[in-house]
Amino acid sequence: MAEKFDAIVVGAGPAGNAAAYTLAKAGLNILQLERGETPGTKNVQGAILYADALERMIPDFRDDAPLERHIIEQRMWILDDRSFIGTNYRSDDFNSERPNRYTILRAPFDKWFSSKVKAVGGLVICETTVTELIKEGNKVIGVRTDRLGDDIYADVVILADGVNSLLATKSGFHKEIEAQNVALAVKEIHFMPQEVVESRFNIKGDEGVVIEIAGTVTHGMVGTAFLYTNKESITLGIGCMVSDFKNGNITPYAMLEELKAHPAIAPLLEGGEMKEYAAHLIPEGGYKAVPQLFGEGWMLVGDSAGLVNAVHREGSNLAMTSGRLAAETVITLKAAGLPCSAANLTRYKAAMDESFVMKDLRKYRELPGILHNNPHFFSVYPELLNRAAHTMLIVDGEDKHSKEKAIRKSFVQRRSLWGLMGDAYRMWRATR
Amino acid sequence: MHIVVCIKQVPDSAQIRVHPVTNTIMRQGVPAIINPFDLFAIEEALRLKDRMGGKVTVITMGPPQAEDALRKAIAFGVDDVVLLTDRAFAGADTLATSFALAQAIRTIGAENPVDLVFTGKQTIDGDTAQVGPGIAKRMGLQLLTYVAAIDEVDLEQRSITVQRRSEGGVQVIRTQLPALITMLEGTNQIRFATMENMFRSARYVVPQWNKDRAGIEDASKIGLKGSPTVVSKVFAPKPKAIKAQMIDVSQGPKATAAALIDTLTSKSARLANELGLVAY
Repeated sequence: MAEKFDAIVVGAGPAGNAAAYTLAKAGLNILQLERGETPGTKNVQGAILYADALERMIPDFRDDAPLERHIIEQRMWILDDRSFIGTNYRSDDFNSERPNRYTILRAPFDKWFSSKVKAVGGLVICETTVTELIKEGNKVIGVRTDRLGDDIYADVVILADGVNSLLATKSGFHKEIEAQNVALAVKEIHFMPQEVVESRFNIKGDEGVVIEIAGTVTHGMVGTAFLYTNKESITLGIGCMVSDFKNGNITPYAMLEELKAHPAIAPLLEGGEMKEYAAHLIPEGGYKAVPQLFGEGWMLVGDSAGLVNAVHREGSNLAMTSGRLAAETVITLKAAGLPCSAANLTRYKAAMDESFVMKDLRKYRELPGILHNNPHFFSVYPELLNRAAHTMLIVDGEDKHSKEKAIRKSFVQRRSLWGLMGDAYRMWRATR
Repeated sequence: MHIVVCIKQVPDSAQIRVHPVTNTIMRQGVPAIINPFDLFAIEEALRLKDRMGGKVTVITMGPPQAEDALRKAIAFGVDDVVLLTDRAFAGADTLATSFALAQAIRTIGAENPVDLVFTGKQTIDGDTAQVGPGIAKRMGLQLLTYVAAIDEVDLEQRSITVQRRSEGGVQVIRTQLPALITMLEGTNQIRFATMENMFRSARYVVPQWNKDRAGIEDASKIGLKGSPTVVSKVFAPKPKAIKAQMIDVSQGPKATAAALIDTLTSKSARLANELGLVAY
């Protein structure tokens, strides 16, 4: 006999787990399908967990979720080839009882999240790939998998199948993701004793540090790098837009090697053993690249919907929030005895527009285009800033006024006065 | 026909590390899998069932989380599973393990007589290959180790004919049922579970048997008490680094091939002999 559910969730990442958890907790009969051996085995992220999005669903998640460190210090570094200039923000206020940001390792974290889905009654089946959505006319009524057997039916299918969302593309919900709207990031995890991590970053207990990095290491391509401290390891990664990689002459892994060899980074990794590496696509097209989020019997959540705030490096929280909002929409419709038609699922879009998810994406809607058209942000400025700092710090008998003049001249030479003003205006417009 | 398959949940040895100081295995974070050799036993049992009908029951002894391995067995299509789990079983060596499993299989057999017991060739963590023969001996089953194929099962004659891989050849052996077979690796390929069985597996409640339910009365035969094995020393073998030998390829493919053959045959007289390069 064919199986029939209130909802099917495809994928068990943050978006899929949030949707499945919320639905199952409300008592709906749901099926979640995941292609990985266990949830998390196919999932890649930096990874930072933003507590708020999870806390709204599982208030006591801190009791048993596998968290690495809570972040008490944020550094921003702008690198040139030999130096960096940067800022730090560190506060003991981040040591509150309910910290806001944590570093996590996705494999154990996703497994934990999935265990919560099962605990509230969700049926989770792994190692199973959804190959096709079954439609009746233009209405999605179920899924077909790579396993022998009957079709599986549901009133609504929530696609949380990740950045490529092969299912959405195959079903004609949106076109294949474009190269200038997606970044390719690579990362490595270097293991070392806990005490070494703590002494290198001046932290203790569960405290952690995040370093956001931009600069010449991306060879003028639009992209950034990051370093996160975990309990017994350090995650280092770098990513650039796929369209830039296509035209550029450096591979992602070569770029990561250069980053690792940078005089500011190398000492932090020294003696560590690289035990894990991963690569992942990140949908960074922003607001303008977000596809239609719903239709007859279907919704898109998380990366499948391109919900990433590249400026603030947020993604998993947008994913969880969209998953929760999609689930809440279904719960409301079910309670009212209404079908999951496109007309009724507009409530999901409305809830999204009202949330920080679409508001933040909208705020930065011009940025991807501006960065794409102004690659000097990632090449010229890092160099100029680092040289400027260097010039001011060298005490060599030259007077400070002359030094300032030389710095000003270097900026105008490289970008021209109009260029500098234009850059400032563009950045203001993109982030206001 | 009723077939019982014994499996073990083991840490994935491909991902395991040895603690540099204590020399013990670091299991933390290492995924637990069904002992790969046991998959051949499960598949062979399922094939026999497909051919002849009957029932396949899978049993394992282990901690509560070993139910994941049994759930997987359900997904492959076995009919029933039993998890032997009890603090009293902890610390068992192969002797105590075979005692507990044999007793549990007897208990299973009391409800539904068992014709065949399957195990894998050995486990990838213990590597002893002792538990299968131990069960056979305790239960008085005909023992067939390293079986590569099952030619025939005749339920009327109560006989089984198998091909057994032995050094230098294949033995074709016929014996009486009930028998215990340890299945050789590479002899079949575990099936891709159907959607129906995936559903069954996801909803399955794995029955847990403690020692009483398994019918074990003598607690001195199980767990640490029933295990005479003493570990005298644990050490991690030093990795052997062998320097790569370079062969000059500038003289063309023919000369390169000749140099390659020379190098290989100089290390193995038997290979040289088989290639007909050395006259005895």
